[in-house]
Amino acid sequence: MNIWTYILKRLLLMILVLFGVACIVFFIAHVIPADPISAMLGGNAPDDVIKRVEAQLGYDQPLIIQFYNFISGAIVGDFGLSLRTNNPVMQDINNYFPATLELTIFAILISTILGIVLGVLSAVHRNKMIDHFSRIFSIIGVSMPVFWTGLLLLLLFYYRLDWLPAAGRLEFFTLPPDHITGMYLVDSLLTGNWEVFKDALRHIILPAFCLGFLATASIARTTRASMLDVLKQEYITTAKAKGLKKKVVINRHALRNSLIPTITIIGLTFGSLLEGAVLTETVFSWPGLGRYITQGLLFLDYNSVMGGTLYIAFVYSIANLVVDILYAVLDPRMRT
Amino acid sequence: MSETTTKPKTGWFHLMKPYFEDMKHSLYLWRRNKLAIVGSIIIAAFLFIAIFAPLLTPYKPDIQNLSEKLLAPSSQHPFGTDQFGRDILCRILYGSRIAIQIVLIVTIISGFIGISIGVTAGYFGGIIDEILMRITDMFLAFPRLVLAMAFAAMLGPNLTNMIIAISLVNWTPYARISRAEALRVKGQPYIESIRSMGASNFRIMFSHVLPMTISPVLVQLTLRMGTIIITAAGLGFLGLGAQPPSPEWGVMVSDGRSYLIDQWWVSTFPGLAIAIVVLGFNLLGDGIRDMMDPRLRR
Amino acid sequence: MEKRGNLLNVSDLHVVFYTYRGVIQALNGVELWMNKGERLGVVGETGCGKSVTSRAVMNLIEEPGKILSGRVLFEERDILKLKESELRKMRGNEISMIFQEPKSSLNPVMNVGFQIAEVLGKVNNKPIKSQYKQAAQMLEFVGLDSDRVLTMYPHELSGGMAQRVMIAMGLAPNPKLLIADEPTSALDVTIQAQILELLDDLVEKLGNAVMLISHDMGVVAEFCNKILVMYAGNSVEYAPTKTLFRNPLHPYTTGLLKAVPQIGRTDELKAITGTVPDLVDPPSGCRFHKRCPQVMDICKKERPPFIQVEDDHYVACHLWGNKESFDEQKGGESQ
Repeated sequence: MNIWTYILKRLLLMILVLFGVACIVFFIAHVIPADPISAMLGGNAPDDVIKRVEAQLGYDQPLIIQFYNFISGAIVGDFGLSLRTNNPVMQDINNYFPATLELTIFAILISTILGIVLGVLSAVHRNKMIDHFSRIFSIIGVSMPVFWTGLLLLLLFYYRLDWLPAAGRLEFFTLPPDHITGMYLVDSLLTGNWEVFKDALRHIILPAFCLGFLATASIARTTRASMLDVLKQEYITTAKAKGLKKKVVINRHALRNSLIPTITIIGLTFGSLLEGAVLTETVFSWPGLGRYITQGLLFLDYNSVMGGTLYIAFVYSIANLVVDILYAVLDPRMRT
Repeated sequence: MSETTTKPKTGWFHLMKPYFEDMKHSLYLWRRNKLAIVGSIIIAAFLFIAIFAPLLTPYKPDIQNLSEKLLAPSSQHPFGTDQFGRDILCRILYGSRIAIQIVLIVTIISGFIGISIGVTAGYFGGIIDEILMRITDMFLAFPRLVLAMAFAAMLGPNLTNMIIAISLVNWTPYARISRAEALRVKGQPYIESIRSMGASNFRIMFSHVLPMTISPVLVQLTLRMGTIIITAAGLGFLGLGAQPPSPEWGVMVSDGRSYLIDQWWVSTFPGLAIAIVVLGFNLLGDGIRDMMDPRLRR
Repeated sequence: MEKRGNLLNVSDLHVVFYTYRGVIQALNGVELWMNKGERLGVVGETGCGKSVTSRAVMNLIEEPGKILSGRVLFEERDILKLKESELRKMRGNEISMIFQEPKSSLNPVMNVGFQIAEVLGKVNNKPIKSQYKQAAQMLEFVGLDSDRVLTMYPHELSGGMAQRVMIAMGLAPNPKLLIADEPTSALDVTIQAQILELLDDLVEKLGNAVMLISHDMGVVAEFCNKILVMYAGNSVEYAPTKTLFRNPLHPYTTGLLKAVPQIGRTDELKAITGTVPDLVDPPSGCRFHKRCPQVMDICKKERPPFIQVEDDHYVACHLWGNKESFDEQKGGESQ
């Protein structure tokens, strides 16, 4: 089948899955908690206050109606009001998501480049110094919890060395650049605001590196493994029998094949990056969607939790779709 | 050639036999793999600490001693003390018990869920497979931590609920792998011949399909144990899992955050404990996976 | 050391492989030679070292394998002593190789045209993009519809088509020597015949020398004018095809011929008893002695040298220790 049919099929599947996801989210927020309203208001709220909030949130209605309201709202992006910020949840999401996106993209860039380079070097110079270093680095990287890495980085680069700032996206008195995408690095570049760009860069390096650390390790390992695998294949022997230079064999014949499993891993790491974002944002006080959801959970602000979680699932699904499409583009065998 | 027809052997021992054979072979290979050994040593130490924690330290994890608060690491307190004067090494040792609990229970529950779903989906195929796989996809559409956070928060943050929450999000890879194996085994000719001899579906699934799925799933189970600990620590760190004064390692790291500048040890050592144990599981899992590589086996 | 062929001379080649089980003594002093335009068939059981020999000719032996000693003279040059850059110049140019599994020997993410053009680009020292027309011609040359096939990917081809592509790739540089490592073993029998016919036709036109490696005596008999029989890392017999079939001297050769089913044969197929020896701990003396129906005491102690017994007929066997014993035997067998 050609690539467009494939994309269409995957899109339809994605919509179905998202619907299921919405069901799960609803289930979590409305069915599990034994007494949500009291929990939200604290145990001692008077009855009439409880009744009022119930009506306000629509909790007095039968479950089906609640579900219907939720779904119909979700489709248009209306998740209700956040009890914490008093803004429409969608507005909060729009405010906070670009920060997370920027962090994640930066982290992916760092980790993909570093990871692939390390992985390829490791495979090509198997069992030599660079290979051992890279493997040790990888396996340690995958074992360190993100929040701990973040704290250690803070300890070193902020408290002890004072090279990099600790919290937030910009210094307290710096004004953010004009809002185009909401991502400070991009916006400041687009508006030529060099000072803000530098400041934003200084602030993003530490959390992005912290976030990407795990992914770098993961990508390096996969690239190494798949490269080693590819180098054993018969078509590599053919390439050598053709008398091609080693660099050509690796870059032209081996790399594209070995990237195929790596792309899958990058897709998977995107997911782990989103989770890691939650923790990293907490450690570095980064005002992103992860921190928003976390605080929503701690305060039992259901609307923001449901909206935020559904939104993240949506973004994650799109990322997976992109990965699948990339896969199909890279590997002609996948298009059937 | 013997003329006797053998009745299909029933009974518990014969049901379990394929598992025993597989285990013997695996043990032999395990001994030859260095990485797995290092990992095993770490995990063995971990288990040892968890079991004998009270014997290894003179202190108690929850007794406060404010006159000794925030002391730097010394011979008295190898890892220092926290803001309530509690010995950190002692709390880490006791925290290992919590960690083990979490790992074991989550692995059992999510392994059970995952394998059941996977084997059923793979073996029966058709509409059952489609439905089960869509459900799996739905759970996979979330970043795992976020979903676990949501479950944990809604159920109420405490250790038990955290274990349930993590189990609910951890089963998906097991389902995938056991389904793939079930599909593969299902197509084998010997399955057909057994079925034609009158074996029930359940028997086929349990005796023949399941043993084949165990090896690859076992690798995953071990590989995921590290992830489980990290997820649990993350939840603890965020305040959505075990609650203070529990000596759960993630909670301990979070506790120490405010004192990071001058009393770095409060957060650093618990985190180090997490990293080492997870490293052990990863090494063990890697070693096992290398062993299971079909090219090296048999 | 005498040069027996004017194209290729392999003498006393020793190759080992280092594995966790031990050191595999893969090649134990192999002797092989070819003349220009000749077709040599290299036969033997799986594991006898035929493929390893072919790789050694191109110096493509990699870890964990190692060429311990020996000489490989291609025309006047010792391949084992050449620098990597000179080797690369020769490969895919003067010496070419095609492999057993065509579909896995072609890169799955590149289309067929590119892979052929790549060879041409290197040979003609031109950018690959400019070589597509010639690549298309090569495809026609091997009997494929170039309009369709040029942009196809390997997984879209059938086994026979893929092998034709490999042949196109192999013959594109018009090499002095084409090494074909079991080119038909992965194909259906009917396709096998087609491919062999095609190869025969093309090589006839172009005049390349061909080293055809196979475990199938039938294939080799059809195609080659000289045959080298190998066993457990040694050359055991060499003769022109007709001579080998009419008068096999080595007990292994005789055994091989007896085990080949042929239309018209009515006698029983006889398998050679025993199995291929473990090359980590090979038998002493002649490596075949444990399975040889005519084994003598000396066979267990000394490895028989590969010597000439008559014109263009060599054998490594104590039965034919020297020319005299050969003439004696021949006299006694006259019928």
